[in-house]
Amino acid sequence: MIASLRAYGGLFRMRFLRGLSYRAAALAGTATQFFWGFILIMVYQAFAKAGGSPLGLSQIASYVWLQQAFLALIVVWFRDKELLSLIVTGDSAYELCRPVDAYAFWFARLAAGRLAAALLRCAPIVLVASLLPDPYRLHGPSSVPAGLAFLACLALGLLLIVAITMFAYILSVVTLSPNAAFMFAAPIYEFAAGMVIPLPFMPEGLRHVLELLPFRLCVDLPLRMYSGAIPASQAPLLLLQQALWIALLVPAGRLALGKALRSSQAAGG
Amino acid sequence: MIQVESLRKTYLSRRRASGVGQALLSLVKPSRERIEALKDVSFSIERGEIVGYIGPNGAGKSTTIKVMCGILVPDSGVCLIKGRVPWKERAAHVAGIGVVFGQRSQLWWDVPVIDSFELLRDVYRVPGREYSASLEELVSALDLSPLLGQPARSLSLGQRMRCEMAASLLHSPDILFLDEPTIGLDAVSKLAVRAFIERANRERGVTVILTTHDMHDIEALVSRVILIGKGEILYDGGFEALVAGGRATGAGIEAVMAALYGEMGIA
Repeated sequence: MIASLRAYGGLFRMRFLRGLSYRAAALAGTATQFFWGFILIMVYQAFAKAGGSPLGLSQIASYVWLQQAFLALIVVWFRDKELLSLIVTGDSAYELCRPVDAYAFWFARLAAGRLAAALLRCAPIVLVASLLPDPYRLHGPSSVPAGLAFLACLALGLLLIVAITMFAYILSVVTLSPNAAFMFAAPIYEFAAGMVIPLPFMPEGLRHVLELLPFRLCVDLPLRMYSGAIPASQAPLLLLQQALWIALLVPAGRLALGKALRSSQAAGG
Repeated sequence: MIQVESLRKTYLSRRRASGVGQALLSLVKPSRERIEALKDVSFSIERGEIVGYIGPNGAGKSTTIKVMCGILVPDSGVCLIKGRVPWKERAAHVAGIGVVFGQRSQLWWDVPVIDSFELLRDVYRVPGREYSASLEELVSALDLSPLLGQPARSLSLGQRMRCEMAASLLHSPDILFLDEPTIGLDAVSKLAVRAFIERANRERGVTVILTTHDMHDIEALVSRVILIGKGEILYDGGFEALVAGGRATGAGIEAVMAALYGEMGIA
């Protein structure tokens, strides 16, 4: 197990190199995220001024900037197009000829892709956003424990979102139509994770339902840990909740991928 | 080294007749057909052989290769490669084999070829020194040095195929499965690939199983062919003995093979 970590390390390096080779895309992406971030902040602040916002003005800015900075870790539509084309063209036959577990390998590949993209993007956004004037400024975490809880939740959140989105890749193996799989998955996830409307803005009944699902644990949870909206003392329980979902989704995905890959290799030259 | 006995593999395929009515019907009641990809396949291959595995399109060549690579699980039958059942001890098995699917790519599309190689080194856990030696040998044998820094997407098919061959041998496997490695290549690249296969067999002692539709590949490389048609082995022996009758008529090798497939009822 330890020895095979080298392969996964190699994957991470690969994704990082690939991210670096698209400088223009990274720049353009970062610019878009700033633009989008300002719009979101203005919208939520208008909400807040109209009364009844559960988040304070400065909390709103921090929430939005962190969401933008770590976008690659939290959105469904961040997908590995090369892996998907490998699935559609049948090049995935090669994946089954490697002395590694296909699920683990894809998992590492997707996690590495997200992590590499986030690392490339978060520094400029965090840096610039923390220099902006109030009320647009990104503030530090509400306390040291809150900051640590944020990082821990974000890390497990990454594993969780990979475990969730893996099902869209598995569905692509079966249907050979990645667009369909992701168009199906993305709206459900984004709504339930509070990316369309932040969960604190939602009516109480709906919020309770969504809090039972794994989706909000990827995005909403780490961000609210950061702002202190969820006290750091609750972190262990919530981290456990994330870990349980991962422990449930990973074996299920592994089983499903194994079946899907084998049946997909039967036909064609 | 490789022992295959009474291998059977069937799978279900959907089918429907043409027309809107049939299309609607198949929504409600899809009709499926059982296709027998392999009916009864047996052969054995010794260490150091180069064997040509030939037959018309859809004969079951790729299915057999996929079973031997541990990708597909057969319905019944025995397959032992170096004493292992490929699909049962998959990881241990694939660590010792190399595979090239001529119509597929294992190189990462948008990073330099050398990065793909280094990832394979990590995946197969090739020790650093062994990797350098192996890489150096492959680069000189396949003339890869101008290609290593280029992303795979910018390579021509011939250049890419040379890189694919190298990628499959980096971990020094002793068995190499080549599924149509010369498909679509120009004359120069074909010759380069053939020379390389021959050299890998001679110098590294690699056992090679080669499927191809290009009988010139077979003439150049192979002394023994196994011919499969409709999922059954129809011939196993010398290539010249197989085509001697046809050649006597003075026909070209393609015409000889076409006539042969026709006589066997597998065309």
